[in-house]
Amino acid sequence: MNVPDRLRPYVAPLVAGVIILAGWEGTLAVTDPDGFVLPPPSDILGALVENRTQIWSASRNTGFVIVSGMIVGVLFGIVAALLVSRFRTANEVITPLAVAVNAIPIIAMAPIFNAWFGLLSPRSNQAIVVILVFFPIFINTAKGLTLVEPAQIELMESYAASKWRIMREVRIPNSLPFFFTAMKLSSSLAVIAAIVAEYFGGRQDALGPLITSSAGLTRYDDAWAAVLAGTLIGTVLYFVSVLLERFAMPWHSSMRNDPFAATR
Amino acid sequence: MTTHAVRIESVSKIFNPGRPNEVQALVDIDLDISPGEFVTLIGPSGCGKSTLLRLIASLIDPTGGTIHVNGKSAEQARLDQDYGMAFQRAGLFDWRTVARNIELPLELMGWKKSERERRSKEMLELVKLGEFGDHHPAELSGGMQQRIAIARSLSFSPSLLLMDEPFGALDEMTREHMQDEVLRLWSETGTTVVFVTHSIPEAVYLSTRVVVMSPRPGRIATTIDVDLGGRNDDTRAETPFFEKVTEVRAALRAVEAA
Ligand SMILES: Nc1ncnc2c1ncn2[C@@H]1O[C@H](COP(=O)(O)OP(=O)(O)O)[C@@H](O)[C@H]1O
Ligand SMILES: [Mg+2]
Repeated sequence: MNVPDRLRPYVAPLVAGVIILAGWEGTLAVTDPDGFVLPPPSDILGALVENRTQIWSASRNTGFVIVSGMIVGVLFGIVAALLVSRFRTANEVITPLAVAVNAIPIIAMAPIFNAWFGLLSPRSNQAIVVILVFFPIFINTAKGLTLVEPAQIELMESYAASKWRIMREVRIPNSLPFFFTAMKLSSSLAVIAAIVAEYFGGRQDALGPLITSSAGLTRYDDAWAAVLAGTLIGTVLYFVSVLLERFAMPWHSSMRNDPFAATR
Repeated sequence: MTTHAVRIESVSKIFNPGRPNEVQALVDIDLDISPGEFVTLIGPSGCGKSTLLRLIASLIDPTGGTIHVNGKSAEQARLDQDYGMAFQRAGLFDWRTVARNIELPLELMGWKKSERERRSKEMLELVKLGEFGDHHPAELSGGMQQRIAIARSLSFSPSLLLMDEPFGALDEMTREHMQDEVLRLWSETGTTVVFVTHSIPEAVYLSTRVVVMSPRPGRIATTIDVDLGGRNDDTRAETPFFEKVTEVRAALRAVEAA
């Protein structure tokens, strides 16, 4: 097939997606015409359009939790990684602590967080997103800051460059690919964390409660429509990460026209 | 009193002293290098060539003995940015364009932007890559990257050039071409060169003096003076070249037999 190179990475997944949706729709029309088990894509889309005001405002609230939690988690992750790679003591203190915190099943603690921050406050859900996003950002960025070719460090030392200069000229640029890989992982993690946390509390006008209440009323097409909205938020965040990555490191070979490059 | 470019007196180096993984890398090294010399260090792998070079660069400190560069301590010479370095791997920064890689040492030394740009242009011409300034290193072949690394090491006209197997990763044709390039730069700039290699013909072709080292622990076995005069395409096929190659090979055999 003759597809222009620029569009190539998008065409195959689009075609595959359409085939899967058509198969889903067609199979259900025969096996489950009432949509008890699984609503067909057309019903989900219909529910999305029908409930658009409710889903839109729920998406905004959940989206706020996700984005604000991600921003804070990413900032903490970056600062911790910088400290750990620059100061040995920071490394000895922060790294084991972060590993220990990461071993805690944070989402399972959502009800406890609600007790701390108040059942209807979005703060507890933001805190969960922050903690979950922090770890991959911290670990990957720290790895990128430390996994530098020794010859590049020696070269900088041969020019009598200061530690901070080496950080700026070598370690930070070297860490960018690691950081953005973590950003892409975090974007889906943040969506999952926020919605699951919302099952237990926080604002009621949000995607998590919308999914539980719709499912409770056996309105599965509405529940699916809310899941679809969450999926869209995650996808937007993924592509925002890709755009930032291209902007931040235009030199990188993975930047040559493939938005899925780093995750392949 | 003439100032030596490099003066090494009874230097020894022990890695991890007092620990089970202690390594006596160098013992009793004495070596004086005059300004403008081209000295190569050759010897079996593990005999301490890179260690000696890194000691001169003050990237590591000797366990015993003293090292002076241009009449100052090696560390002071490093802080004064007296030398340029090139390694086996080009070690270019992917995130900088080729021109800005060459300008890196100049930036660290506080050169003005216009001066830096003028100099990186000159250096690119010198290594015959004038049109590649705006490319990124990943777009260049290994040989071209190595030329950029050499241009970078020369960009601030250091009085001393330290090179650790800079052509080790190159194919034979590129390697010979690069050897001529370095000789040309050496004669044009008058800089002193200390060059590590494990190739006998390379050592003979390039140097005014070949220092043969022996392993376990690393020490200087012999030094062999070389005077091939102006090198050209025929030099490698002529008798004086072969005689020196044979002499260095015999010295290395003796070292490895011991
Ligand atoms: N940083 C280091 N720590 C411990 N041992 C080292 C270190 N660098 C070199 N050595 C040891 O010192 C010896 C000389 O190494 P090197 O100078 O790299 O040899 P060459 O460059 O001649 O191959 C080797 O036995 C090597 O294992
Ligand atoms: Mg070596």
